[in-house]
Amino acid sequence: MTTIDTKAPAPGTAEIFRGFLILGLTGFGGVLPLARHMIVEQRRWLTATEFTDTLSLCQFLPGGNIINLSVAIGLRFTGIAGALAAVIGLIAAPIVIVLALGLVYARFRSEPHVVHMFAGLAAAAAGQLVSMAVKLALPLRRKPLAIVIALVVFAAIAVFHLPLVPTMLVAAPLSIYATSKAVA
Amino acid sequence: MSQTLISLAVIYVQLSLIAFGGGNTILPEMHRQVVDVQHWMSSTDFAALYALAQAAPGPNMMVVPLIGWQVAGWAGMLVTTLAVFGPSSILTVIALRAWRRFQHPTWRQAIQAGLAPISVGLVASSALIISRTVDREWVFAAITAGRALAAIRTKVHPLWMLAAGAAIGWTGFGQ
Repeated sequence: MTTIDTKAPAPGTAEIFRGFLILGLTGFGGVLPLARHMIVEQRRWLTATEFTDTLSLCQFLPGGNIINLSVAIGLRFTGIAGALAAVIGLIAAPIVIVLALGLVYARFRSEPHVVHMFAGLAAAAAGQLVSMAVKLALPLRRKPLAIVIALVVFAAIAVFHLPLVPTMLVAAPLSIYATSKAVA
Repeated sequence: MSQTLISLAVIYVQLSLIAFGGGNTILPEMHRQVVDVQHWMSSTDFAALYALAQAAPGPNMMVVPLIGWQVAGWAGMLVTTLAVFGPSSILTVIALRAWRRFQHPTWRQAIQAGLAPISVGLVASSALIISRTVDREWVFAAITAGRALAAIRTKVHPLWMLAAGAAIGWTGFGQ
């Protein structure tokens, strides 16, 4: 049995880059569970509690959670150099792969089979978004106020196609105020 | 050309700073800007690029460099990548250095609780906008619904479900 608090020695910038490069390369369909496995269990850079604390701040800030998490971990060990190494490591391989797929799509987009295949792929990708929306919405089902806010935002963006920046500037303060009043 | 790059930079810097709840919350605004406002590509191409990005590993924002590349080549890819990942990362660095103030649980929790339903509305909008574009035939609607149900009810790996969708599409069945 290993205790939760055994940590490995602090990683250097090169090791941070390598770790996040592998994470980017292997993280199909969501990097976060893999990130926790690598950072807490496999490489033991952070304890479970440190990981959860860091992640909750990253989820609070704008931007991709996993991007923010990589910045936070790089910064913690080797400062700005570590933060850069982590982010670049994380996105390097996915960018190459995504561009390769883009080239294939551009090259073969007149082939009927390829067009059909990409249409099927897109339909499946849309299904992933639907499932994500459902999973995020489930915890709100007993909170009438939250349901109303979610529906208003949905109507504004999906039905009326309002721009996001002004919508957020109005909706975010109102929602935060109303939600905190409802709890208090 | 440089005008396009400036527009890409302005759009994605804004998106980077308002992406509360991650990449999928800014998909509707990305779609609105790229398809409706700038007319850089059709809604179908946008959905196809999103699907390609889903098939690749890594963070779920990888559609952004792909859009940049499609719109303005390598320079576009570089600009969108820096614009979407840079500002939020800098904000993360600043926030971590002021970490103590952010640890104050009451107002941080209040903000998080207030932003949660907005994220739900935004991700649901993403789902509707992308589905409306791709589900032109019943067979695609069936793939979307099957994929969503499988993801909610089972633990099948996402990549297998994307592969299944692509395979059904390949046969041309129902198209």
